[in-house]
Amino acid sequence: MAIRPILGLYETADGAADAGDALKAANVDPRSFDFLTDAPYPEGAFGERPEPHRLYLFPLLGAIVGLTIGILLTSMTQMAYPLVQGGKPILSLPPMAVITYESTMLSAIVFTIIGVVFESRLPRVKVGLYDTRITEGYIGVLVNVEEDQLSNVSNVLSGAGAVDIIQDNSRS
Amino acid sequence: MQEGRALSPTQVNRDLLRSILESPKWFWVAVGLLAILVLAAFSAAGLLVNKGMGVTGMNRPVMWGFFITNFVFWIGISHAGVMLSAILRLSKAEWRRPATRAAEVLTVFSLMTAMLMPVVHTGRPWRTVYWIYTLPFVPFDYARGIWPNIRSPLVWDPSAVYTYLTSSVLFVMVALIPDFAVLRDRTTGMSHQIYSVLAMGWRGNARQWKFQIIAGVLLSALILPVFVSVHSIVSWDFGMAVAVKTWHSTIFAPYFVVGAVHSGVSAVAFVMIILRYIYSWQDYIRHEHIDALGRLLMVVATAWFYFFVMEIVFGFYGREADEIAVRELQFTQYPYNVLMVIFAGVTYFLPMALWLNRATRRNLWLMSTACISVNIGMWLERYLIIVPGLANKGVFTFTWASYTPSLVEVTIITGTFGMVSMLMLLFSRVLPLIPLYDIKEGEVLKTEVQIGRRTVPATFRED
Repeated sequence: MAIRPILGLYETADGAADAGDALKAANVDPRSFDFLTDAPYPEGAFGERPEPHRLYLFPLLGAIVGLTIGILLTSMTQMAYPLVQGGKPILSLPPMAVITYESTMLSAIVFTIIGVVFESRLPRVKVGLYDTRITEGYIGVLVNVEEDQLSNVSNVLSGAGAVDIIQDNSRS
Repeated sequence: MQEGRALSPTQVNRDLLRSILESPKWFWVAVGLLAILVLAAFSAAGLLVNKGMGVTGMNRPVMWGFFITNFVFWIGISHAGVMLSAILRLSKAEWRRPATRAAEVLTVFSLMTAMLMPVVHTGRPWRTVYWIYTLPFVPFDYARGIWPNIRSPLVWDPSAVYTYLTSSVLFVMVALIPDFAVLRDRTTGMSHQIYSVLAMGWRGNARQWKFQIIAGVLLSALILPVFVSVHSIVSWDFGMAVAVKTWHSTIFAPYFVVGAVHSGVSAVAFVMIILRYIYSWQDYIRHEHIDALGRLLMVVATAWFYFFVMEIVFGFYGREADEIAVRELQFTQYPYNVLMVIFAGVTYFLPMALWLNRATRRNLWLMSTACISVNIGMWLERYLIIVPGLANKGVFTFTWASYTPSLVEVTIITGTFGMVSMLMLLFSRVLPLIPLYDIKEGEVLKTEVQIGRRTVPATFRED
C-alpha cells in the first residue's frame, strides 16, 4: 500500500509535542513523523527521536586531505624548481607549515560544509507536503503513513489540537 | 539583557524582509551614487594599467603606498565577522543575534575589496594569476614551469586570505539556507524560483535544525584559527622584511590581529547603527546591543593600545640607528608627526572617552562618531607603518624621497569604500542582513524569572 503524507499545523510547541505523544500512543512509528518549525527548538522539545550522525568525521577527513595536499604542493613545487635562496634549504619547514596549515583548515571547512548538507539530507528536489504558515511560526507535524491509516492519523492530529490538517496540499 | 518587546514570527518576517520585499525610494539613488564612485575607481585603475605605475605617487624608496595601506585596512575590517560571529556564538552571547549576519557579510565584501588592492598595486593584474597557486594546473610561468616561491610571505598572504574568504562565504551561505526558505515562501515568479533553488528543499525539521546549529558552532571553531592566521600572515608581509627596520618586529602578528579586531568591530557597530536607521529596525538592533559592542570595544581598544605602546617602546629601547631614524621621521617630521597625533587621538583617546560612559554608549550619534573615528585612525596607523618605514633615508642619497598620493590613488581608495557600501546595500535588497531564524530562536528561548519581588528577563540556554 502507498505511503502518503499528512501534515498537522499547531500554534504552540506544547500542542505539537502533545500530537507527537498521541501519535506514539496510536502506535505510529516514531521514524515516520517529523516536526517542522521556523526556528531551532531545544533538542527533544517535541519528544522527537535522537538523530545519530557522523558529522564530526567530515572535518577530520577534510583536515587529512588538506594536510596531504599542502605537504605535496609545497614540497613538489619546490622540488620542481630547486632554487637555493639565501642558503636556506629547498624544503624549508616554516613556510611549508604556513601553507600546509591553510590548506588543512580550508579543506576541513569545505568538508564540514559538505557534511552539514549531506547530514541535513539536502538538497531535496521537492519540498514535499509543506505549508508556508510554518515560516510564520506554526509548527507542522508531518506524518508519513500507509493510505488506509490516513483517517486514523488525521483524527489523532485533530485530537491534539491541530488548527489545520493538510493532505497532498489539499486541506481537509 | 533583554530590553526589547516580544516579537511574533510574523512580525519578524515582516520587519526583516521589508528591505527585500518593499524597495525604499532612496535605495536606487544611494546605489547609483555609490556606483559612480566605483566606476570612477575602475576608470582610474584602467588608466593605471594603460599608463603604468607612473600615474601613482609611488617611487623609490616608497614602493608601497595607499594601495597596500588600504589592503591592510580592509583585511582588518574583515576580522569583525569572525570576532562577532564565531567568538560570540561559541560563548553563547545572547546579544550576538542581530549582529552576526551583518558582520559575516561585511567580512566577505571587505575581503573581496582587500584582494583587489594588491592586484591593482602590481600594475600588471594579469600576472597575478600565479596567486591561484592552489590549482596545480595554473603554474606561475607556463613556459618555464616556475611555481610561486612558498618561502615568500607574499605567497602565504593570498593563501591565508583566500582560505578565509572561501570559509566566510561558505559560513554565510550555510546560515542563509533557512532564510532562503522563508523568502521562498513569500515570493512569486522568478524570485520564488531562485530562492527555492537556494533553499535546497529546506523544511525546517528537527534534523535540519540540529545540523544548522552544529554547523554554526563547528564552523566557528574552525574559522577562528584561520582568522588569527590571516592577519598574522598579513603582518608577516612586514615582519619578515629584514631591510625595513620598523617592520622587522616579532610583536607585529598579535598587534595586527588586535588592531584588526578593533577596526572591524567598530565597523560592524557603525553598520548596525546605519541599518537600524535606514530600515527602522529599532526592535532588533537595540541600544543594549550597541552598548554591549561599546563595552567589548573598550577591552579590544585597550589591548590594541598596549601593543601599540610596546611596539614603540621596544623600537626606542634598542637604540638601533635605523630604527631611531624611522621613529624620528614618525614623531618629529611633518606631516607624519601631525598624522601620528591625530592617529593616537582618534584611534584610542577620543573613542575611549566616549565609551567609558553608559549614556554615551547608548547615544547612536556619539557611537557612530567613535566608530568612524577608530577606523580613520586605523587607516592612518597602516599608513604610518608603511610610508615612514620605506621613506627612511638610506645609504644612497638618490633614494631619498617621500610619498604623495596621486589623484588616481585617491580615486581608487575612495572607490573601495563606495564598493563595500554598495555591495552591503545590494545584499540587503536580496537577502536579510539580520538572520531571521536566530531572532526567532531568541524569542523561543526568551522567558522571565521571578526573583524575590522582581520579575527579571531571562533566556534559556541549552548546553
